Amino acid sequence: MTTLTAGRLLAPAPHWSDHITRHGLLPSLTAAQLLDAADAVDVGGRGGGGFPLSRKLRAAAEHGRGTVIGNCAEGEPASHKDDALLDATPHLVIDGLLLAARATNARRVVLAAHEGTAARRLRSALGQRDDVGRVEVLELPHRYVAGEASALVRALNGGPSLPQQRRAPLATGRRPHLVQNAETLACLALLARGHRVDTSLVTMGGAVVQPGVLEVGGGTTVREAVRQAGGYLEPVQAMLVGGYFGRWLAADLALDAPLTLEGMRAVGGSLGAGIVLALPSSACGLAATAEVLRYLADQSARQCGPCLNGLPAMASALERLAAGDPPPDVAAQLERWADLVRGRGACAHPDGAAALLTSALQVFATDVEQHLTRPCGRPAGRWLEVPR
Amino acid sequence: MSRLVVDWGRCDGHGLCGVLLPELVDLDDWGFPVVGVDVPDDLHPAAKTAVRSCPALALRLHS
Ligand code: SF4
Ligand code: SF4
Repeated sequence: MTTLTAGRLLAPAPHWSDHITRHGLLPSLTAAQLLDAADAVDVGGRGGGGFPLSRKLRAAAEHGRGTVIGNCAEGEPASHKDDALLDATPHLVIDGLLLAARATNARRVVLAAHEGTAARRLRSALGQRDDVGRVEVLELPHRYVAGEASALVRALNGGPSLPQQRRAPLATGRRPHLVQNAETLACLALLARGHRVDTSLVTMGGAVVQPGVLEVGGGTTVREAVRQAGGYLEPVQAMLVGGYFGRWLAADLALDAPLTLEGMRAVGGSLGAGIVLALPSSACGLAATAEVLRYLADQSARQCGPCLNGLPAMASALERLAAGDPPPDVAAQLERWADLVRGRGACAHPDGAAALLTSALQVFATDVEQHLTRPCGRPAGRWLEVPR
Repeated sequence: MSRLVVDWGRCDGHGLCGVLLPELVDLDDWGFPVVGVDVPDDLHPAAKTAVRSCPALALRLHS
């Protein structure tokens, strides 16, 4: 995936020597100074949760002697920003990890990445520098929920890569585990060097001329992101913002919304891990959503009943609706199932699927009506990049 | 006031809690409990019994 615009976060510095030239050595701030630096700016977690970095750091620092995990395995197939970041500037992420470890007096320092290319790339970056001490690389299976924070912690402690129920922003364990997304860590590395961090990474995909990763400033709207991606390939009806855990928005509603947590919330969307996917009018929104739902159902870690049963049920009913052969009372049934799975899993996977489904029923309401009697004939298309 | 909480990684959906405590636990389409309402004081003993009886140790009372 191409990097379309690069600011300070994505400025290319792939090798250690490039990094030293561009950013210099790791700043020698104390733990207290680092916590203050993080406080100064409200950098929300960039992994989709949006939980403020400084609060997580302070909570982990209070316990002390815990584990810091840099999460480079966000897992959502439609997001390419962590890949772009690790391609461009792996050492900025590693810097952030080392700084987070220092700020929280961590005992164990870990980089989690999908097995294969991503893990190899991190190992090679770690091998280029001599200040990394005992940073471990944790290799994860290519499964959606493997990158979920509590699943990381379980894998690290020799358990399965499966989520575990929790209530606090710090994943559980006897010692605190601070799980921080790669982009957030890169932000910390910049903050510690006295830079302002007012950009974030966005993956722009679907029916645009040049899909890719953008580094955008706070006020950037979806319209501007589309422009930077070369404009539409063909007329677009709706945008999936926030990725597979996100929400559908009608295209004209989405275009003027800024790509920030608040901007997206204000129009009923979500920023998630910073993903915008444009669905053209030539595609069927119901069929496309059914593909994502089926994928999410297949990716369920199969440990919680409502998720294990509800997601396949929702996917099947939506598939039948998309095919013009709906089960009785399909719209009400889908809404009811969405309500039923929400909040009833060890992780937020079912909540994400429910949000996606209900937003589809709203945005494609006319299509729902029409499909009750016959299919529309349009394909799902490959715009949402659902893995097969 | 306390609340019933299900540990979804453990619950196996046999629905015993729904049988023991129909006042507070509905079972969903697949036999898994729907909980979350506050447990009134007069049902507290019954809720405790349900928690103790859960074969998967999945049901808990949180205050
Ligand atoms: S809610 Fe679903 S995805 Fe999450 S742990 Fe339970 S079964 Fe797995
Ligand atoms: S009794 Fe326990 S295992 Fe059975 S359905 Fe209720 S919570 Fe789940």
